[in-house]
Amino acid sequence: MKSNFKVFLKGIIDVSPLMIPVVPFGLIFGVLAIDVGFNPIETMAMSLIIFGGASQIVLLQLFSGGASSLVIISSVGAVNSRHLLYGAVVSEHLSDLKLIWKIIISYFLIDQAFAISNEYLKKNKDHNRYFHLVGGGATCWVIWQSTTFLGIILGAAIPEKLGLSFAVPLTFLALLVNDFRKFINVIVIIISGLVATFGYSYIPFKAYVIVAALAGLFTAMILTRKNKKA
Amino acid sequence: MSNWTLILYCGLITYLTRFSMIALIKKEMFNDRVREILSFVPSAIFPAIIFPAIFINERGLFEIDDNPKILAAIIAMFIGIFSRSIIATIFSGLASYWFLIFVV
Repeated sequence: MKSNFKVFLKGIIDVSPLMIPVVPFGLIFGVLAIDVGFNPIETMAMSLIIFGGASQIVLLQLFSGGASSLVIISSVGAVNSRHLLYGAVVSEHLSDLKLIWKIIISYFLIDQAFAISNEYLKKNKDHNRYFHLVGGGATCWVIWQSTTFLGIILGAAIPEKLGLSFAVPLTFLALLVNDFRKFINVIVIIISGLVATFGYSYIPFKAYVIVAALAGLFTAMILTRKNKKA
Repeated sequence: MSNWTLILYCGLITYLTRFSMIALIKKEMFNDRVREILSFVPSAIFPAIIFPAIFINERGLFEIDDNPKILAAIIAMFIGIFSRSIIATIFSGLASYWFLIFVV
């Protein structure tokens, strides 16, 4: 069995390639948060407390659009529902850990760490294999906090004319690059996008994110069911 | 609600979605069907951020004429599909957007 530290280190090494896109994402978040009116301490607190890129950007987007708190919180919850899947998948590897470790590991259960540690946990049966997930998550934590900080500092120096808010849809577009290759995903993307765009003015309380997401998931449900019968 | 309360609630809900499955629920509670549906969550929710940010202008109006964001996003999408690179997608989109507003 490898030492805890070695497994932790392996997690750091494995997650490193996935950290490259986190850098511009964190910078953009820092810059935009200041731009929509959060102060530097609140911005830093968002990255420390929430520690989730998509959640934080959705927060900014809806906040700047004047959405109510309830809508912002439920939209953040909807964006996060993918974590339920991650948790369910890794839980079997963590079932005999003490509660305190489960509490710590949950904080680090982010997209990138899940992506690499899921593979490692499946192949490895050592009792300390969860240190891999902690290593990946901690690496991302350091990058996310430092790039947020840099974004806050740079924010003041970046002219508004650059239209950096356009980086938000681009960042989410980038997160979907693999889904554009799958037929059902493309349909789901189009349905959700159309519902959000045309519902933007008509759906009350800026709840268009939630309504569009539900429409997308419903579409996925119908299409995958048909797929199986065929 | 103050900004701080909002941040705390958003942090709490984010944390709970990560923690709940690890701590409370056994893996068997999710069958393959639920997992399959959950795997579509990114495709279902990210477009709800992407599309309005491209097509709706600052005044909250639908804008399709004279909107450089549309072409820039299409270029970024194709670069993304072919390169599979997150960075290439973001930067090709920004570069096209700047080219369209400052040069063309």
